[in-house]
Amino acid sequence: MCLGIPGRIERIDDVARKLATVDVGGVKRQVNISCVVSDEHPVSSCVGDWVLIHVGFAMSRLDEAEAAETLRILTELGEAQAELEAMRLSAATTMGAAP
Amino acid sequence: MKYLDEFRDSAKASILVREIEALVASMDIADDKPLNIMEVCGGHTHSIFRYGVEGMLPKQIELVHGPGCPVCVLPMGRVDDCVAIAEQSHVIFTTFGDAMRVPGSKKSLLQAKADGADVRMVYSPMDALAIARANPTREVVFFGLGFETTTPSTALTILQAENDGVTNFSVFCNHITIVPTIKAILDSPDLRLDGFLGPGHVSMVIGTAPYEFIARVYRKPMVVAGFEPLDILQSIWMVVRQIKEGRAEIENQYARVVPEDGNAPALRAVSRVYELREFFEWRGLGSIDHSGVRLRDEYARFDAERKFAIPNVRVADPQSCQCGEVLKGAIKPWQCKVFGSACTPETPLGALMVSSEGACAAYYQYGGVKHHEAAE
Repeated sequence: MCLGIPGRIERIDDVARKLATVDVGGVKRQVNISCVVSDEHPVSSCVGDWVLIHVGFAMSRLDEAEAAETLRILTELGEAQAELEAMRLSAATTMGAAP
Repeated sequence: MKYLDEFRDSAKASILVREIEALVASMDIADDKPLNIMEVCGGHTHSIFRYGVEGMLPKQIELVHGPGCPVCVLPMGRVDDCVAIAEQSHVIFTTFGDAMRVPGSKKSLLQAKADGADVRMVYSPMDALAIARANPTREVVFFGLGFETTTPSTALTILQAENDGVTNFSVFCNHITIVPTIKAILDSPDLRLDGFLGPGHVSMVIGTAPYEFIARVYRKPMVVAGFEPLDILQSIWMVVRQIKEGRAEIENQYARVVPEDGNAPALRAVSRVYELREFFEWRGLGSIDHSGVRLRDEYARFDAERKFAIPNVRVADPQSCQCGEVLKGAIKPWQCKVFGSACTPETPLGALMVSSEGACAAYYQYGGVKHHEAAE
């Protein structure tokens, strides 16, 4: 929850709501990108950005090397697996499958 | 589980450890009066144990594991409130997985679910909002939990719900703030701390300015630190160097993620939706002034605390638990009477044993055996 996980923004889903699809270690997931956009860096320019994602919200931009290093450490800590599992479970719950 | 004795950067770590040793050797620190450095953040605690950082440090440095695990400091009464909301038949109660096993006075959310309550684990508050949209005849409540790192996520989700006209969604807000808590620790009479490792991702949101009083008023150094073992070792070295040079400053080792001013869109969303509470109750630490937030009146319709009748009863921590003394650094986890016997990660009595970011669970998993042997 507190460590977050890096992902790469693949496409913008909703400009007004600032929603985008990210790839997190091969798992695709929609996240809110309000906290990494600004006048200088609008929604449309976010595709390809590496971001640190906390509970479905991109909170900070990272460079690619930093993202890779962070993912490696999170995997060693066991946090990356837990985050990805939570994303998968949550997708099942949200889609209406048996919780 | 064993901690990692080696990792890819172990050569770089050795160099940092030698620099810390050289610094400490030049400072004339008595063996029985080590420097006490508190890592405030539970993520740091987890990393320190996983990589065995304590074992690398000279004996003149002691790490004290602070209160920065939001699951661990959640008081029993609030868990009881969650259970009471979840057990109402029209409610779907959504929560991060970490909170499922935290013991309440009668049951945890996991037990409530087993007893038939509709409790669902979600990854994000956005998923809870999606569940609300998909179930318009049910009330969907999200258990808002965490420090400033996750507070923006529930604030933004509430703003989204308002924007989209969703009326069956609310947040049971238990968000807490780190600064008043650090102040409470600094004010505690048995304080023996010499410096702090500042939280990384809380600071990513709030910036470094809110910590200035720690240096200015309390004359203690703080270094905001990243989570990798090298970050932690470098930050410890920076704290010790400040102590040696008689400085007390807020330094930022994690500048690649932590801007001095924090994250403006996140802070705007938080201040629009939330306001400070007069006080908030913490497990182990008691009531701390201004240490939590609640929804502003304008957002009352998204506030589960106002939407549902909650018991809101204060429940004392179990007597056998010494979580509070561990949180304040007065005792080590393995010195607690019930550590590893009545209280284990499978059957936690105290919240510090529940989460991998809690000091007790971390000791139990990675360091328990070693410390037991040393104690005997």
